[in-house]
Amino acid sequence: MSGANGRIFPATSEKDTMPILTRDQLLARISERVPETTPREVHDWLQNGADVRVIDIRERDEWIQGHIPGATHLSRSFLELQIEQIEPNRDARIVLYCAGGVRSLLAAANLQEMGYTNVLSMIGGFNGWKNLGLDIEIPRYLTPAQRERYDRHLILPELGEAGQIKLLDGKVLLVGAGGLGSPAALYLAAAGVGTIGIIDYDLVDRTNLQRQILHGEATIGQPKVDSAIQRLHDLNPDIEVIGYREPLTSHNAFEILRGYDVVLNGSDNFPTRYLVNDACHMLGIPLVDASIFMFEGQVTVYQPADPSRGIEGGPCYRCLYPDPPPPGEVPSCAEAGVLGVLPGIIGSIQAVEAIKLIAEIGEPLVGRLLMYDALAQEFRTLNVRRDPDCPLCGDHPTLYELIDYEQFCGVPAAPVTPSAT
Amino acid sequence: MTTVYIPTPLRRLTANQSKVEIQGETLGAVLKALGETYPGVEERIFDDRGQVKRFINVFVNDDEMRTLQGLDTPVRPEDKISIVPAMAGGS
Repeated sequence: MSGANGRIFPATSEKDTMPILTRDQLLARISERVPETTPREVHDWLQNGADVRVIDIRERDEWIQGHIPGATHLSRSFLELQIEQIEPNRDARIVLYCAGGVRSLLAAANLQEMGYTNVLSMIGGFNGWKNLGLDIEIPRYLTPAQRERYDRHLILPELGEAGQIKLLDGKVLLVGAGGLGSPAALYLAAAGVGTIGIIDYDLVDRTNLQRQILHGEATIGQPKVDSAIQRLHDLNPDIEVIGYREPLTSHNAFEILRGYDVVLNGSDNFPTRYLVNDACHMLGIPLVDASIFMFEGQVTVYQPADPSRGIEGGPCYRCLYPDPPPPGEVPSCAEAGVLGVLPGIIGSIQAVEAIKLIAEIGEPLVGRLLMYDALAQEFRTLNVRRDPDCPLCGDHPTLYELIDYEQFCGVPAAPVTPSAT
Repeated sequence: MTTVYIPTPLRRLTANQSKVEIQGETLGAVLKALGETYPGVEERIFDDRGQVKRFINVFVNDDEMRTLQGLDTPVRPEDKISIVPAMAGGS
């Protein structure tokens, strides 16, 4: 579009409207229209729970050295791009601060241009705050290597750095390192769930490899927990994996489960399912439960009520299935077969639920039973409710300690293995 | 005709069909007719006292029958009934 004289824009008229300003002239001009506040005033607002949003516009490396407690970090370079995600209300009272009060003045002017009517810049910035001896908060943060590894999580607004830190602090126990446990363990490890416990006392055999993708030819004959630890550490050396090569019983269940944030059930027998359900309920641990058979899977989350955290809770396994089927009435996968991909789908859904519970995002699959039929390629969600007569979680519970689950399920006393076939 | 979803463990009794169409005014009537059409199904669903076994949940559309009117729950032709037994498989 350049004309005969080579000019694209008519430069002369712009020059008339855009005067040359020095740094100090610019600041003087802006300070005429941006109101300011003091660290003491901001402190009092925060103490009194006043309606104010405090935004730290410094760079990340400044923020992680310490910031005003309760402030939100949004560096100036992204301020206009992301402010609406943090505060869309143009009339909200917003306090911006930087290190010394200069950058925040410029930033406040930028927000005024977007129509924010009540933006203040804090005089003296964070240095002024510290000089008054006011409390500061030093945030937890990810290392550069972690920021690289979890980059695709960090750019999700629902997770971000805070969510990823929750995952890194999270502890998930997998009951069984088999069909369901394999994909769940891989995705949880990849997601950076910081502590993954795996209980399984079985050895890897070749018939497992059709679906148990944690293991491989190289680990045939080895304990599944050892095979799992090797594979998960290769995938993500940033996490801790704890193996329990023993059967889960009424005697060791509390000791093993206690301290985990979420339990993921991938066991293959009814006694273990009732045991895990009862132990999780008694310890107040949410249980991501699933089972598979041939081409069909079920998933749900049993979440005990926790009024202190505002968690209403839902039904437990006993609400759905008060009694186990008689032995032999329901065939096992070893007898009837299972499509190898099926536990991949269902175990991955379990991993999604565990991540949501730890990061406290989304709607957990509580009170809903998700059914998957691979042949019809159909998902259905059915409503399940807490049974007021449930002996474990009902209105008048009678079950307060773990019982003999083999006897309860009518099976002869045999070692309970989470993934025996 | 009401659609009944057959769980995998019972499909060997329904000629491997995952869904069957059954006529009936109530849930109980549909399940009884299902048993008549496909021999062997009834004793897999009901106990000796004619109650649905405790390790099986039956849903009319999205809701479990015990939260409705049990076997007396009225069903319409457009309703979907799901039979969901406990399954233990995980490995």
